[in-house]
Amino acid sequence: MTAKPLLQVRDVTKLYAAGKGCANVSFDLYPGEVLGIVGESGSGKSTLLSCLSARLAPDQGSIHYVNAEGEQLDLYGLSESRQRLLQRTEWGIVHQHARDGLRMGVSGGANIGERLMATGERHYGDLRATAERWMADVELDIDRIDDKPTTYSGGMQQRLQIARNLVTHPRLVFMDEPAGGLDVSVQARLLDLLRRLVTELGLAVVIVTHDLAVARLLAQRLIVMRRGQVVETGLTDQVLDDPQHAYTQLLVSSVLTP
Amino acid sequence: MSADNIRAGYNFAYLDEQTKRMIRRALLKAVAIPGYQVPFGGREMPMPYGWGTGGMQVTAAIIGADDCLKVIDQGADDTTNAVSIRAFFRDLTGVATTERTEEASLIQTRHRIPEKALKEDQILVYQVPIPEPLRFIEPSEVETRKMHELEDYGVMHIKLYEDIAQFGHIATSYAYPVRVNGRYVMDPSPIPKFDNPKMHQSPALQLFGAGREKRIYAIPPYTDVRSLDFEDHPFEVQRWEASCAICGSRDSFLDEVIMDDKGGHEFICSDTDYCRTRMAEQGEIA
Ligand SMILES: Nc1ncnc2c1ncn2[C@@H]1O[C@H](COP(=O)(O)OP(=O)(O)OP(=O)(O)O)[C@@H](O)[C@H]1O
Ligand SMILES: [Mg+2]
Ligand SMILES: [Zn+2]
Repeated sequence: MTAKPLLQVRDVTKLYAAGKGCANVSFDLYPGEVLGIVGESGSGKSTLLSCLSARLAPDQGSIHYVNAEGEQLDLYGLSESRQRLLQRTEWGIVHQHARDGLRMGVSGGANIGERLMATGERHYGDLRATAERWMADVELDIDRIDDKPTTYSGGMQQRLQIARNLVTHPRLVFMDEPAGGLDVSVQARLLDLLRRLVTELGLAVVIVTHDLAVARLLAQRLIVMRRGQVVETGLTDQVLDDPQHAYTQLLVSSVLTP
Repeated sequence: MSADNIRAGYNFAYLDEQTKRMIRRALLKAVAIPGYQVPFGGREMPMPYGWGTGGMQVTAAIIGADDCLKVIDQGADDTTNAVSIRAFFRDLTGVATTERTEEASLIQTRHRIPEKALKEDQILVYQVPIPEPLRFIEPSEVETRKMHELEDYGVMHIKLYEDIAQFGHIATSYAYPVRVNGRYVMDPSPIPKFDNPKMHQSPALQLFGAGREKRIYAIPPYTDVRSLDFEDHPFEVQRWEASCAICGSRDSFLDEVIMDDKGGHEFICSDTDYCRTRMAEQGEIA
């Protein structure tokens, strides 16, 4: 590719104990690209994602991000206030558990509007209209705009989380098991929605999943992790159709032989 | 008055000098950073929390023998609470007290700002129950401190958004949040939003004391104090159809009072000194 990478990850290491966390992870993520991080439970996927999204300082290594102005930023050289600003403007973070990513005590509309208000939007009518548009976009019933997310189903909560993140038109979205814990049919609908939004908005995405079917559907490139180490990387189709590493072969075969 | 009038065995204004110095240091910091909540090592006062101990500690730390003290509670000088706080400081300082706003050099208040515009040589001390304006959405103290530090104030507008979504207008009418000096978001204590505009560019020094949470904050004289709002739902103060049944004022904050046992009700000024002064003036004219 000729474009500059959006994210340059070099030797990122964050270990809680030997094999627990992530070690020596390096990759580039390009604008509009969807990168999947797969691996079994405890392999360090969420740890890595937290490092990438400026929520967990690595023990070693560096992460550089090129912002909308084209400046290359050393993530952990930034002040915490600039990190937070990135997180709520140019980035989105979709948590595995909706309650970690939503404000459960305020309405769906307010959840969608929060980022806009935080970045200076001061027109109620505009906020309302934007919230309604996003509710429709993520296939939520507009009549539920004033209801709290506690009254939403799991699938609705995830869609609300997505709308709340995408409302500021981020360039890069981090997702941790966005379809985890949902019924299969609800999952399928959510994945369809994600795929449509990612294409329409030209989002770059880092998505963590232990579900290879999700990875196949959404990601162009994969990183396979095991015990904190990257054991294989490559284009999704290559990795899944012709896995090289024994661990990846095991992962793939476990999907094929239920 | 002389120190002879102080109740025997007590220090001037009850607190020991070291505690007063500690509170004054917190006050200086608070004045230097308008709207910022300064923690202080609060002391026990001979009254329980909820009876204005935060305001009393501030008053005790700054009151001098030449001061003239006024104490109001809900705008009135004659409520039990106001009377007992006033008596407390009279007994323990010997200072003059007054009910006249313009005579006072120091006014301790709960729930109201006097209607009569304050002057440069006056200090208003607020009793504050809950100092943290972000508390409603964020229970963690560590996180709210961080939010203030980072000016992460998007959540303040969420509350106003929810009001409009639910009621069609901003229904918050007490403890209405303000931004001080374009920087810190501050809870003005449970004054009615009617009083918010009086804080803006006030010539008087305004000090806030929260006893239970041990926080002090301040608005120095002539500081910008803006009430949060939306462009299409601008900040507005309460208005009444009625006028004061006693003095006829249409400009003051009115309380609804039951006049008889048949359920009849009227509106009267909540600021008793203001109302009385107007009556006296009308008497002179008549
Ligand atoms: N804060 C922490 N303190 C100590 N150990 C931790 C901490 N967070 C994670 N770990 C450990 O690090 C390892 C990797 O955890 P991580 O959450 O990154 O795995 P994961 O791949 O996301 O797993 P899952 O698929 O179950 O979500 C695990 O062994 C976990 O127990
Ligand atoms: Mg995880
Ligand atoms: Zn009156």
